[in-house]
Amino acid sequence: MNIYAIRAIYKFEMARTWRTLLQSIGSPVLSTSLYFIVFGSAIGSRMVAINGIDYGAFIIPGLVMFTLLTQSISNASFGIYFPRFSGTIYEVLSAPVSFVEIVLGYVGAAATKSLIVGVLILITARWFVDYHILHPVWMLGFLALTSVTFSLFGFIIGIWADSFEKLQLIPLMVVTPLAFLGGSFYSIDMLPPFWQTVTLFNPVVYLISGFRWSFYGVADVNVAVSLGMTLLFLVLCLGTVWWIFKTGYRMKS
Amino acid sequence: MHPVIAIRNLSKVYEGGFQALNNIHLEIQRGEIFALLGPNGAGKTTLISIICGIVNPSSGEVLAAGHDVVREFRAARSIIGLVPQELSTDAFESVWNTVAFSRGLFGKPRNDAHIEKVLRDLSLWDKRNQRIMELSGGMKRRVLIAKALAHEPDILFLDEPTAGVDVELRRDMWNMVRELRSRGVTIILTTHYIEEAEEMADRIGVINKGEIVVVEEKKALMQTLGKKRLTLYLQNPLESIPEALTGYPLELSDGGDTLTFTFDASRGRTGIGELLRKLNQQGIDFSDLHSRESSLEEIFVNLVHETDNRAR
Ligand SMILES: Nc1ncnc2c1ncn2[C@@H]1O[C@H](COP(=O)(O)OP(=O)(O)O)[C@@H](O)[C@H]1O
Ligand SMILES: [Mg+2]
Repeated sequence: MNIYAIRAIYKFEMARTWRTLLQSIGSPVLSTSLYFIVFGSAIGSRMVAINGIDYGAFIIPGLVMFTLLTQSISNASFGIYFPRFSGTIYEVLSAPVSFVEIVLGYVGAAATKSLIVGVLILITARWFVDYHILHPVWMLGFLALTSVTFSLFGFIIGIWADSFEKLQLIPLMVVTPLAFLGGSFYSIDMLPPFWQTVTLFNPVVYLISGFRWSFYGVADVNVAVSLGMTLLFLVLCLGTVWWIFKTGYRMKS
Repeated sequence: MHPVIAIRNLSKVYEGGFQALNNIHLEIQRGEIFALLGPNGAGKTTLISIICGIVNPSSGEVLAAGHDVVREFRAARSIIGLVPQELSTDAFESVWNTVAFSRGLFGKPRNDAHIEKVLRDLSLWDKRNQRIMELSGGMKRRVLIAKALAHEPDILFLDEPTAGVDVELRRDMWNMVRELRSRGVTIILTTHYIEEAEEMADRIGVINKGEIVVVEEKKALMQTLGKKRLTLYLQNPLESIPEALTGYPLELSDGGDTLTFTFDASRGRTGIGELLRKLNQQGIDFSDLHSRESSLEEIFVNLVHETDNRAR
């Protein structure tokens, strides 16, 4: 294992985060806080509680997940797309590193950044909304698992994309709608039966449901199913990354 | 002694079917400076990229210090440094950080003293805290060299190192190359400038259209393939070469003012005496003459022409 290489890539990527602190951490924390103010404090006080949870508190796990998804994907996709775009990827390709080490470096840094953002959002939310966490260890577990899984997914997008346009395409056209319709703002049993079934094909539903369970002990779907689906997606991403490096897809001619 | 790089039956067909390399055999000896000389598009960068792991070979194998560059990529790549042809650098990082990054990436523990030495040798020390985007093109090229040397490679590839580089950097670079060689580092450089190969290399491999045309010691190459040229400055211009002289390899230029005779210097009978007698018989006078060895450039052009003709 080339530990020095993992560390070099990780440090390099984290340095980018610190350099662009306002944009990479400040802006997602701020924009999520706006949701807390509008939906939590302002509108939330007029809404009925869902499953016995105040609306303001109900939306917190969903909003954190939502930010975590988009942040993980954009961090990781940009992290690997940019060196491909600028040509500096030659160095990583010519270095004595295996794909595991490359992924640990890039995805590890992207996931770390998402985790920091997630935790900061939770801390900020405390100022606007009163919430509690029933299973803090599970909560952190879901946070970490989601960060890693969707950073991997972002990594794949960053390798697949051959233009800045495509880099934005999937997050904008696929992930954002799925996240919005994934039950951030409502419980899925508030939907008509038909749409409840459709929703079950949305992977984000499982993430948010599991995450919300770790806060309040109530969930739309069974926690074990949530965990299983997230792990399944993780394995799918790992498999894809493995294939990418085996074939050199979009990395080597 | 085992070659430090052994290339066998190496071919590369790019997606889309273009054959960039065709059955390359090449051995590079430890500690030599080897110049890979060829016109643009000959396949130099492709060959280097395969050795360094950036491009997948279609068939054949490459060993670096006995390690297969695909199967034992870790052992092979950790002793290789590459300065790419393109100026691909980071933008926002400092010089120091990007060079330290390279060392870590190649699996070496932190060593500030070594990085300092590399930066000083390349006149980058004063610029160590500057962001790379603030540097000139020549300075960026130096940064790329520093990155390649950060992990103390045994084999250094320089892909078109002096393309678009100023005189000062060129001189620094050649000093550095000589110093590296004196420490036992093998250096492989590609170029389409003949003078560069002539100036620097111990051995030269000529590549054209994906094939190695010849590999020779530089001196031997210039001797065996070298022709001499005798130039005669005529008193009265000629309209064409007289019929009596058509059997000779003669060329008329400068509007008929100069006549050039090419001959093989390695042969005992050069035919000069005979030619001069014939000129005398034809009443062709000349005011001056001189002879010289053909340059590597002419050798190169001839070789490339030969292979192009054979291909046709
Ligand atoms: N990624 C690629 N896909 C297709 N063709 C390529 C690719 N890279 C290089 N080539 C072609 O291969 C040939 C050799 O290129 P290259 O190795 O860069 O030559 P050189 O370095 O000698 O100028 C050129 O004709 C070039 O167009
Ligand atoms: Mg080239």
